Amino acid sequence: MTMRALARTRNGARAVGIATTVAAIAVVEGLIRGGAINAYIVPLPTQILAALPRIIAEEHVLHRFWQTAQEVLWASLLLAAFGIALGALLYRFRLLRQAFEAWVGALAAAPIVLMYPLFLVIFGRSTTTIVMIGFAAGLAPVILKTAEGLSGTRKVLIDVGRSFKLSPAQQFRKVLLPAALPSVFVGLRLGLIFAMINIVGVEFLINFGGLGQLINELAERYDLPGTYGAILFVILASVVFFDLTARIERWLRPVE
Amino acid sequence: MAEALLDVRNITKRFATSDGGILAVDDVSFSVAPGEFVSIIGPSGCGKSTLFNIIGGLTGDYEGRVAVEGATVVGTHPAIGMVFQEESTFPWRTVEENVAFPLEIGGMAKAARMERAAHFIALVGLTGFERRYPAELSGGMRQRVAIARTLASEPRILLMDEPFAALDEQTRLLLGDKVLQIQQTLKQTTLLITHNLTEAVQLSDRVLVMTYRPGRLKRSVTIDLPHPRDSEVVSSEAFGHYVAQIWQDLREEASRGIEDAESRVRLQGARR
Repeated sequence: MTMRALARTRNGARAVGIATTVAAIAVVEGLIRGGAINAYIVPLPTQILAALPRIIAEEHVLHRFWQTAQEVLWASLLLAAFGIALGALLYRFRLLRQAFEAWVGALAAAPIVLMYPLFLVIFGRSTTTIVMIGFAAGLAPVILKTAEGLSGTRKVLIDVGRSFKLSPAQQFRKVLLPAALPSVFVGLRLGLIFAMINIVGVEFLINFGGLGQLINELAERYDLPGTYGAILFVILASVVFFDLTARIERWLRPVE
Repeated sequence: MAEALLDVRNITKRFATSDGGILAVDDVSFSVAPGEFVSIIGPSGCGKSTLFNIIGGLTGDYEGRVAVEGATVVGTHPAIGMVFQEESTFPWRTVEENVAFPLEIGGMAKAARMERAAHFIALVGLTGFERRYPAELSGGMRQRVAIARTLASEPRILLMDEPFAALDEQTRLLLGDKVLQIQQTLKQTTLLITHNLTEAVQLSDRVLVMTYRPGRLKRSVTIDLPHPRDSEVVSSEAFGHYVAQIWQDLREEASRGIEDAESRVRLQGARR
């Protein structure tokens, strides 16, 4: 089957993805066994796979996964609520956009995770600290992409709303927000990535919560197969949330 | 003539520019009777779309008065339903959701509005496409969705700004048939803004010719072709006579438009 024919089928693309991943893992396995990569730093992929049942049974990784997933979920909900609202404010008030857009852009580059002592002082060594750091880290892209999406709404769609005498609230809910949705979701996905990195990072730093804390503990014990196994679950969480946002977007805007 | 449903009186609109301003529309007055189909035709840049926006209530800050059944209209008005030149369907809504949009805004229950939407979808000949999204339709079908959506709001006056401008000539003629059918079924008072001569004569009871900048009304031509009409009317001798008559007026204005555009290009070149 040609590449073009494979690209046309969903299963074809999936098969290419899986095959490439398996091949990459096999290459890493070969490089470690051949001594090109130090086995004391990177464990064999087969060892990582073998460690998975152990970290599930003994380290309760699924429970840790669920803890991290809940924190990401809460941070995502806060991001959607506040990020979209603040983005809408920047769109609505030109002065605010001119005054704050550059600052919000700068916030995206700020290493929020390093401010964890401040969050610890405010919220204590708790889930709230972790969620709030994730929220703060992911906020900038949601705000910026929401404002960008709303500004990019085609004028004729706004005119259609005006011609039907929509109230400002209706214009926002029925025209502007749906029109901006693709851009809003780009922002949400970026925000989610930032939030997840920071959530796992803070769990690691303050030794509290889900997968980040587990990775910390396993690394402290120099259980490298276990550590990398737990990192696999972080990737899994990321995939789950990515897929979830894609499904929500498809549900809200089925066809472009 | 019956009492005017739409009365446009002494409309003048100026746009401020860096070199003193442009008089886009100058003292335009006309009226449209109930059930009448009137077209406004003019060359590009004659202020047709400005007039469309003023009558539809999207542009303020003009001199003159727009009235529906004698009452002055300020801003957008439910009596005037607008169909835009640009593709204006909501891409995130299906055909039926698009058409039901004004009914949803009006607070109609879902079952009732979908039933009502089905009626207007049938009227524009899109039955069977209710669950499709605009991206799955052709340009002509999308414009029919936009027309059905405006008709669903049951406006007294249907105001259209070159709705078929982006379509090829054959599709345009066939959609003209559809518009005529709709107009004859609903006795819909319609004001069409266009630069297409064939379209104007094919569809209208009356054609108003505008001058090139500033836009003034140059002539009103009553199209005395038999009803019901369809696109076959374009091959009749009378049709050719009307087209030739309007083209005489329009040609002079279009030539002025071209000369003006050329002189502006020359001026820009000289400034560089």
